[in-house]
Amino acid sequence: MLDIKEVIETNTMIMENNLDVRTITMGISLLDCNGATLDEVKNKIYNKITTVAKDLVKVGKDIESELGIPIVNKRISITPIALVGGSVCRCPEDFVEIAKVLDKAAVTVGVNFIGGYSALVAKGMTPADEYLIRSIPEALSSTERICSSVVVGSTKTGLDMDAIRLVGQMIKRTAELTKDNDSLGCAKFVVLCNAPDDNPFMAGAFHGVTEGDAIINVGVSGPGVVKAALENIKDANFEVLCETIKKTAFKITRVGQLVAQEASKRLGVPFGIIDLSLAPTPAVGDSVGEVLEEIGLEYAGAPGTTAALAMLNDQVKKGGIMASSYVGGLSGAFIPVSEDQRMIDAASCGALTLEKLEAMTCVCSVGLDMIAVPGDTKESTLSGIIADEMALGMVNQKTTAVRIIPVIGKDVGEQAVFGGLLGYAPIMKVNPYSCDKFISRKGRIPAPIHSFKN
Amino acid sequence: MNKTIITVIGKDKVGIMAKVCNYLANNQVNILDISQTIVSGFFNMMMVADMTGSSKDFNVLASELKQIGEEIGVDIRTQKAAIFDRMHRL
Repeated sequence: MLDIKEVIETNTMIMENNLDVRTITMGISLLDCNGATLDEVKNKIYNKITTVAKDLVKVGKDIESELGIPIVNKRISITPIALVGGSVCRCPEDFVEIAKVLDKAAVTVGVNFIGGYSALVAKGMTPADEYLIRSIPEALSSTERICSSVVVGSTKTGLDMDAIRLVGQMIKRTAELTKDNDSLGCAKFVVLCNAPDDNPFMAGAFHGVTEGDAIINVGVSGPGVVKAALENIKDANFEVLCETIKKTAFKITRVGQLVAQEASKRLGVPFGIIDLSLAPTPAVGDSVGEVLEEIGLEYAGAPGTTAALAMLNDQVKKGGIMASSYVGGLSGAFIPVSEDQRMIDAASCGALTLEKLEAMTCVCSVGLDMIAVPGDTKESTLSGIIADEMALGMVNQKTTAVRIIPVIGKDVGEQAVFGGLLGYAPIMKVNPYSCDKFISRKGRIPAPIHSFKN
Repeated sequence: MNKTIITVIGKDKVGIMAKVCNYLANNQVNILDISQTIVSGFFNMMMVADMTGSSKDFNVLASELKQIGEEIGVDIRTQKAAIFDRMHRL
């Protein structure tokens, strides 16, 4: 029989420590949405999404009220659109039409984001891939709920530097087209290396081609719960610290697993994976930065941060793995700057720099996330930052990502405000020296050697 | 069995149990176990109940219990037991 202390512990996690299930994401394959004309493909896409996902939001709300735990987002990921629209899209504008249909489908089923306006170009671009990438600025500025991603490299293929150069240009263009909203469009676009096929988190979610027709993936959260647990063991040694993080991650993940199984059963869609991630929000007490401070750092970014984060990330995985039958997605501590109040504070006071963030991404998921930089940052510099982060992923056989926002009209010392879960961010300083010649080289960086590791 | 956990949190006063139990009895909800404790000066009560026999839907029972709580100045939450079982039991 349950003990009252256990019930109180769970409810304290939910009500005081911001424990929630961050997202139920339904992955939907659109590979069967082919047709002879663009209109036919658009109709099939709309019909498939609004049929398969018609009950997603209702089921999410039902589970939320029955278990008494918030399920913050209900979302959809789809097959990368460059593959779906490849046979009928003859120019970037054709892809924008698909984006608008996706946006309409998202509104119809009531999800806040639909991810998968994407291209997989780790080794090279087809004409359709290139049209899609070139359509991203227009697609993101003319829709509300679309998330876009481009996979530009992997450990097995190396880095497609032509795609990285093009993506830098498209980020700048997206920033300009959405400059009235602090270049918000860029917050819905991510560049990836070694992207997982089953990631439930935006903006990088897409339904990979290795997946089935439909699937339920769930992202858990809970930095506030970890922080509260650590507050009770203030001066403990590393053994106790690690055990506490593991046990907490286990408990958080068990709830995610329950929600995923319930959603899967009620929707009649197979359960895919749980993404074991500490996903912060801008709310006070829901911050990975605060967990790092509780571990013993004055601010995230202080010396010792990379080691503390490596430990935190590893313990979250060790605790979470046993709590779930299938683990996947990004699985790690997220360190988005604008979505985490203490990371915002650390960046504002200068404790956290772009270079330190880059180092931190070597030991945790996922990458340079929600970084606001001056609006006059050059396209080639954006590409250089992306190439650096992709190289980390390629060499270390991990997922890395860049979601960077050159905020048009703003400079270091100012703030960009994105609103909601996307939060706000101080504009961070970018290394002013040029990488123009490096980025203008054509071709790709070869895959790294898989032996002789040092 | 439709095992449900009802928690009542608030300032202790006469009649809380009576109100809640009366409502559950009127709606054919069987109480399996009750325990209570004081945390940070607040009265915490937990009931394990079985809603199988009730003609009312879970969400209706939960919202009516919440409303009773508001009337007597306590917070009443109704949750399926599965969330606690999963978190605390292997």
